[in-house]
Amino acid sequence: MILLTHQPIDVPAVMAHVQTGSAGAVDIFIGTVRNQTQQKRVVRLEYEAYEPMALKKMQELVDEVRRRWPVEQVAIVHRVGVLDIGEAAVVIAVSTPHRAEAFEACRWLIDTLKEVVPIWKKEVFEDGEVWVAAHA
Amino acid sequence: MAHPLTIALFGITRDIVGASSLTLSIEKSTDVDSLLDQLRAQYPRLTELNSLLVAVNSEYAEGNQLLKKGDEIALIPPVSGG
Repeated sequence: MILLTHQPIDVPAVMAHVQTGSAGAVDIFIGTVRNQTQQKRVVRLEYEAYEPMALKKMQELVDEVRRRWPVEQVAIVHRVGVLDIGEAAVVIAVSTPHRAEAFEACRWLIDTLKEVVPIWKKEVFEDGEVWVAAHA
Repeated sequence: MAHPLTIALFGITRDIVGASSLTLSIEKSTDVDSLLDQLRAQYPRLTELNSLLVAVNSEYAEGNQLLKKGDEIALIPPVSGG
């Protein structure tokens, strides 16, 4: 399952997607919208994606994670649009036979997604806004 | 011979240029680095970014890759998903 969505992410549905009879472990990472950054109150986040390329890069991550770990099922769902505090921005779920691989594969997926997938996050404060990581 | 090239813009680059895409006329043998030079000259605020990459047909491009007519081009400022 690889998805960009403007709607709230259905976390139980993502988890159900990766559950299989042969998996002894499901690891799920949920990235959520935090209410502050560097002591500044965040009002909301706005995400945008270069959608065709983002989906292609997410598929490449899935292909690579399957090469590296004995993954049974994997799901990557990323939200785009305006998100309020506490909402899930990204959900990654991985099932494997044993837990160690599930933790490693899931962590590799979120770390690599943050480096290569063309998605951008704007933090909106009470008195301004900033594209995260754009400037030093 | 020069040909038009449309460049998709996202995030901070869309704010800097003030549009979601821009069209440039480029020479036939323009590569990614010379496209970036041209854009940085036109929009100096692009030089302030932590990084600026170019995607050609949804793939990160090397600086010496030549741009062909019909290529789908996008500017990729520092990504911040997750």
